[in-house]
Amino acid sequence: MSNTYTKYYYPYISPFDPCKPIIRKSYPTPPQMYLGFQPPNLPQFEIKEALYRGTLWPALYSKYDKKDYRGEYDE
Amino acid sequence: MWYYEKKLQYPVKVRQCNPRLAKYLIEQYGGADGELSAALRYLNQRYTIPGKVIGLLNDIGTEEFAHLEMIATMIYKLTKDATPEQLEEAGIAPHYVNHEKSLFYHNSAGNPWTAAYIQSKGDPIADIYEDIAAEEKARATYQWIINLSDDPDLNDSLRFLREREIVHSQRFREAAQLLIEERDKKIIF
Repeated sequence: MSNTYTKYYYPYISPFDPCKPIIRKSYPTPPQMYLGFQPPNLPQFEIKEALYRGTLWPALYSKYDKKDYRGEYDE
Repeated sequence: MWYYEKKLQYPVKVRQCNPRLAKYLIEQYGGADGELSAALRYLNQRYTIPGKVIGLLNDIGTEEFAHLEMIATMIYKLTKDATPEQLEEAGIAPHYVNHEKSLFYHNSAGNPWTAAYIQSKGDPIADIYEDIAAEEKARATYQWIINLSDDPDLNDSLRFLREREIVHSQRFREAAQLLIEERDKKIIF
């Protein structure tokens, strides 16, 4: 699937904004938005890997790292 | 009925004494989108929903209690040996005055947990969509806590919990499909 799991938008920036503007804002759209009813026989993580990641299914795994304080996400 | 396993669903490790993080984490303990709300919401909805999704509510509701224990462990560890002065600096002196170090079901602003946080409409579609929304809100809350936290060990456990919200959301979305689809039609994957 060629879905992206982060979406970006560019809010209006006023010349009078008091804080340093964040030009590009983003929000997560993780895999469950797109999978639909899970098809049978999808690939699985190794059992230890699955325990660590919180899911058996690579198709449902969503990485999330601490974002910097500007709130800008990168893939 | 439940059997109890005396271990956490996923290990909880905390690197440093940080009562301020405990103040944020309590949102997932006794907040509107926290684990207590989740567990009680699903386990309560079980009774009045079509049979094919009762098991799902039972399983996820039970798992939410496992998450509740993890959150409790995190909060306990983050505050265990903190001095009253440290608690005051972290902004949780009001909690200390009322509860000392004991945990309490309130959100990070100090509002006590209320049953008004959970919905039970009796309409299967309304209830399942509520559950999907609850999972997405809990996922978002974990994201915001991870962004505020600089404890890599704690973030590891929080990432696990966030992923579980994703899996639960997926399963509720499938439950909605099961309730919506025409029963006499052939299902094609």
